[in-house]
Amino acid sequence: MAAVPNPDITPPLPGEDLQVLRAAVAKFDYDQLLWASGYLAGLARATLTGAVPAEEAGQSATAETWNVFYATETGNSRRVAESLVERARSAGLDAQLQDLRDYKPKALTKVANAVFVVATHGIGEPPDGSEAFFEFWLGERAPRLESLNYSVLALGDSSYADFCAMGQVFDERLRALGATAVVDRVDCDLDFDSPAADWAERVVSRASETAKPQVSTGTRPARLHAVPKQTVPTRERPFTAEILLNQPITGRGSSKDVRHIELDLESSGITYLPGDSLGVLPKNPPQLVEAVLEAVKLGAADEVTLNGEQVALADALSEHREITVINRPLLETVAGLHDELRQVLSDRTRLTGFFGTRQVIDLLADYPKPWTAQELVDSLRRLTPRLYSIASSPDANPGEAHLTVGVVRYEEFGRPHWGAASSFLADGAGEVPVFLEPNDRFRLPDDGDAPIVMIGAGTGVAPYRAFVEHRLEHGHKGDNWLVFGERQLATDFLYQLEWLRYRRDGVLTRLDVAFSRDQAEKIYVQHRLREQSRVLFEWLERGAHVYVCGDAERMAGDVHQALVEIVQKEGGMTGERAQEYVGNLKAARRYQRDVY
Amino acid sequence: MNDKVLSAVEHLKKRSNYLRGTLVESLADAATGALAEDDTQLSKFHGFYQQDDRDVRAERTRRKLEPAYSFMVRVRVPGGIATPAQWLALDSLATAHGNGTLRLTTRQAFQFHGIVKSGLKATIRGINDCLLSTIAACGDVNRNIMCTPLAEVSDVHEKAYETAIALSRLLEPRTRAYHEIWLDGERIEGTADSEPIYGDSYLPRKFKVTIAIPPSNDVDVFAHDLGFIAIERNGELAGFNVLVGGGMGATHGEPETYPRVADVIGFCTVEQTLAVAEQVVALQRDYGNRSNRKRARLKYTIDDRGLEWFREALFERLGFSLASPEPFEFRSRGDDFGWRRDRRGRWQLTLFIPAGRIKDTAQHRVLSGLREIARIHTGDFRVTPNQNLIVSGIADDERPAIEKLLAEFGVLELQGGSPLRRQALACVALPTCGLAMAEAERYLPEITTKIETLLERHGLIGEDISLRITGCPNGCARPYLAEIALVGKAPGRYNLFLGGDAHGRRMNRLAEENIDETGVLDMLDRLFARFTAERAAGESFGDFAARSVFAGERS
Repeated sequence: MAAVPNPDITPPLPGEDLQVLRAAVAKFDYDQLLWASGYLAGLARATLTGAVPAEEAGQSATAETWNVFYATETGNSRRVAESLVERARSAGLDAQLQDLRDYKPKALTKVANAVFVVATHGIGEPPDGSEAFFEFWLGERAPRLESLNYSVLALGDSSYADFCAMGQVFDERLRALGATAVVDRVDCDLDFDSPAADWAERVVSRASETAKPQVSTGTRPARLHAVPKQTVPTRERPFTAEILLNQPITGRGSSKDVRHIELDLESSGITYLPGDSLGVLPKNPPQLVEAVLEAVKLGAADEVTLNGEQVALADALSEHREITVINRPLLETVAGLHDELRQVLSDRTRLTGFFGTRQVIDLLADYPKPWTAQELVDSLRRLTPRLYSIASSPDANPGEAHLTVGVVRYEEFGRPHWGAASSFLADGAGEVPVFLEPNDRFRLPDDGDAPIVMIGAGTGVAPYRAFVEHRLEHGHKGDNWLVFGERQLATDFLYQLEWLRYRRDGVLTRLDVAFSRDQAEKIYVQHRLREQSRVLFEWLERGAHVYVCGDAERMAGDVHQALVEIVQKEGGMTGERAQEYVGNLKAARRYQRDVY
Repeated sequence: MNDKVLSAVEHLKKRSNYLRGTLVESLADAATGALAEDDTQLSKFHGFYQQDDRDVRAERTRRKLEPAYSFMVRVRVPGGIATPAQWLALDSLATAHGNGTLRLTTRQAFQFHGIVKSGLKATIRGINDCLLSTIAACGDVNRNIMCTPLAEVSDVHEKAYETAIALSRLLEPRTRAYHEIWLDGERIEGTADSEPIYGDSYLPRKFKVTIAIPPSNDVDVFAHDLGFIAIERNGELAGFNVLVGGGMGATHGEPETYPRVADVIGFCTVEQTLAVAEQVVALQRDYGNRSNRKRARLKYTIDDRGLEWFREALFERLGFSLASPEPFEFRSRGDDFGWRRDRRGRWQLTLFIPAGRIKDTAQHRVLSGLREIARIHTGDFRVTPNQNLIVSGIADDERPAIEKLLAEFGVLELQGGSPLRRQALACVALPTCGLAMAEAERYLPEITTKIETLLERHGLIGEDISLRITGCPNGCARPYLAEIALVGKAPGRYNLFLGGDAHGRRMNRLAEENIDETGVLDMLDRLFARFTAERAAGESFGDFAARSVFAGERS
C-alpha cells in the first residue's frame, strides 16, 4: 500500500515527533494523505519564502488579487466560486472569495481583477440579498470601471424565459462601464458542472498569463488553502440513506399529496443545522421513462455513450437525464422541425407559458421528430438533484433527517405527469442518495431568547418544524410565532397535531393560519400578517427575526410587500423609511428567506 | 341538593356565565376544527355536538392531522311540525354547510351532520331566520317537546299541540348568550342574565317531555322524564295523565344504571299543565344527582327517594294534588303509511324514510323530491317519532302533482317493504357519534334484509314486529321498548334484547350478550320457528318472546 511509509528511510524527526505525526494521520484515507503531503510541502516552501498559509494571511487585496464574487440563492454559485478559488490558488494565484451580499457595492471601484458567478433567481431576479449590489451597478449613478478586468459566469435554469438574465445584464453593464472582459461570459444551465469547469480553467489560465511569476520574485508565495478533504457526502459522492418512513400527511380529499419522509443518516457523516437542505438524487419514474421511449420510438436497450461509457438508453433516461423539466436546447432542437415552437421561442410570454405548463414528455410526444438515441440523450440535460429543506432538528432526531415532500403528480394534455424526486420518494423507494446542502442564510438566531416569526406556505413549513424542535430541545425561551398558509384546514394543515401541541404547551406563542379555499374570498398568509400588524411590529421592535419559506413567485413577494406596509403603518413611517427599515432587517440577518 | 362532590360539568355550567364559556374564542380559532374542551359541553345547550369522523380517526393521527371534526346541529321543532318554507330553508342549509342530508330524529327534531366549525354560525343563523331554533336542542335542559303528530285525525291534536308549544316556550332557557353568539345580538351591559326556572347551573342532566294522543303511542310516552297522555272527553281535550321517570339510557356493566318506564302519577287539566311541568322540572333541578352524571336523570331521583316522596313533594310545590289518572288505551305505536283523509277532508301522506335519513342516492332522490314537494305544498311537514315524515294537509287538487313527484324522484319505490322494515328505528351511531360502539344506521338496511329472509322462511313476513338498533346503550332509538333490539357493544357485536310489547309499555330484556350477527340470526331463526308453532291466537312476537325466552325467570 502506498500509505505505508518506507521503513528504510531514516526520518529527520526525533522519535517523539514522528509518533505525534503518525498519530495525527493514522485515520487519514488515501485522498487525505495525499492532500496532507501537499500541505506539508507547501509549509516547507513557505519556510523558504517567509510566507504563511492562507488562513493566517490577511485578506488584503492587491492589484494582483483575483476577487471571486458570487451571488447565490441555492448555493450553486458559491460552490462554483469556491472551486474557482481553489483552482486559482493551486495555480499560484492570489484569489479571494467574496459573497456579494456582504459586499459594499462601491468597493468594486478599487478592484483590479474580478470574477463574478451570478445566479439568476425567480423571474430574471438577482439572488436574495444581492439586490443592493446590482441595483447600484445597474443604476444610473454607477461610476466607470475602466481599469477592471473581469469575467462573468451566469447560472440559470433554461426552463425559464429569463434564462441567465442577471448574468447577461450585468456582463453587458460592466462592458458599458468600460471594464474589460478577459474571458467571455458563459451561460450555464442546471447541469453547470462541466461548462463552469471549462470557464474556470480559461479564467485561471488568462489570469496566470497576466500575473507576474510569483515564486521567482519571491513577493507572493503559492497559497495553500488548508481546507481538509471532505469526508462528508457530496453531490458527486452522495450517501445512500434508508427511507425509514414515508407517511402521507394531507387528509383524504385534499387536492395535494404531501409526504413526511424520514431518512436514516446514521453513519452518513452528515451533520446539519436547522435551515439546511438535503439534496436528493432521484431516479425518474419508470412509467415516465417508458412514455418517453414510446414518444421517441426508441428501444430501452438502445446503447448510448454517456461520459465515455456505454449505457442502455432506458438507464440513461432513468438515472442520468432530466426528463421532466424542459431545457432550452432541447426545445430548440425540436423547434427545428416545428414552426409553432420557433414562434414560441421568439415570444417571451409564450415561452414562459410553455415552460410553465409543459414537461419533456409533452414536447416529445406532441412535437414528434425522428430521434437517434444518442441525439436524444445529448439534447437532454443532466438529471440534477432536488433540494428539500430539512424538517427536523438533528438534536431532537439524532441520526435522522425528515423531509416534507409535496408529490407532484397531475394529468395534463391528456397524459400523466410526475415530479422526479417527489415521485421517487413517494412511490416506495427503499433508499435514496442524498447530500447536505448547507444554508447559512436561513438560520435560527444565536440568541435563544430572540423572538422569531416563521411565515410559510405549504411545504415551506418544513424548516419551521426543525426550528421549533430545535428551540424546544435546547430550552430556548424565545417566542415562536408560526403563520401558515395552505388551501383547506380540514386536509392541508401540515403537522397540525404537532403545532397544536406546541401551542398548548406554550412552545408556540402564536399560531395564525390562512386557508385560501375555506371561504368565498381567498385568504393568504399576508392577510393574516396585516390583521396582526400591530403585534407583528411590536415583535420586530423587540428584535424578532422573520423567516419566509415557500413559493417564490407569489407568496414571498406578497409577504415582503405586507411587511413593508405594516412597518409603514405601525411605525408611522414614510414608504421609503419603511423600505429602509425592512432593508436593515435583511442586512442584520433578521429577515431571511428560503424561497423556491 | 346532593351533598356529594359536584361533577366537573356542574362546575363548568356554573362558571360558564349562562352558557357563554369561551365559545366566541373557540369559533375564532382558525387553527383547529374543534372547540376548546369546556366549550364542547356548553355547545350542547346551543344545540350542537362536536363529533369527528371515526372512520378516519386513526389514519388522520398517523397523518399528523387532528380528527376530522364536524358538528351535529339539532333543530328544535316542537311537535315536529315545520312549514314548507322552513323545510326549504333547512334543505338549503344542509346542502350549503352540512353533508347534504337531513336527519329526522326519534324525538321529532331535524339534525344536520358534517357542519364544520366555520359553517356553524351561518347554519344556526339560517335556522333562526326561518323561525326555528337550536337552543336547548341538546344539553342539561328540557329538549324538544314531542307530540303525536296525527294531525287532524284526532280532534284533540290541535289543543295538544298548543300545549306542546306552550311547554316549549315555558322551558326555553332565558340566557341571552345564544342571541349574542349566534345572531350577533348586542351584549347589553348592566343587565344580568337570569334563569327563573333553571338557575345558573341548569338541570343535572337532559330532560325530555312528550305528549301522547291515544290511541297512538308513537311518541313512546313511557320513555321520557315527563309524559302527558291526552285525555279526550266529549270530543274535547280535557287534560292529561301525568307520567314521570321514564328514560332509556344505561351504561354497559353498570347495574346501577338502567332504562325505566315512566309511572303514571295522576291527571291534570290543560290549564294545570304548565304548572305541573315547571314544578317537575324544579324538583329535578333541586334534587337531581349533580355528582354522578350517569345517575342524574329524573328516573334515578324518583327511584332513590321513592315515588311517594316525589308525588308529595310535587303536590306541595303545586299547592294542589293531581286527580286520579283517567283510563286510556294505546292500540299502536308505528306509523300508518300512505294516504289518509283527515276529518277536515284534507290528505295526510305518511312517508317511510329509512332510518330518518333524507338524502339523495342514485335510485332514491328523497332530498330532491321533498324539496320539489315543499315548493308546491300548502300544508305542512310533520316529523314522526318513528323517524318518518308526514306531508300534512294536502288538498285534493294538489295530490296528483305530489304523487307525480314521489314517483319521479324514486320516493315511491322506497315505500314498500315488510312491516318490520318500515317500523325499524336506528340511531346515527358510526361514523359521527362519539358514543357509538357499533354500527346502527349504516347497518340497519343489511340486518333488516337478513331478518326479513328469516321471516319469509317462517311465513312471518307480514307480521308487525318492532326492531330497533342503537350503537351504544344510551338509547337514542328507544331500544328497550322494542320487541327486538340490538344494542351495540363493540364493532360487529351487540346485546340482543327481546320481549318488549307492541305498544311501548313493557320493556324488553337482555336475551344474549355480546353476540355477532350470526348469533343474532341463529337466535331469531329458532325463536321465529317456535313462534310459528307455539304462538297463542293474536299473540304478538314481543309477548311470545317475553313468555318463552324468559320462561321461569323473574320478570
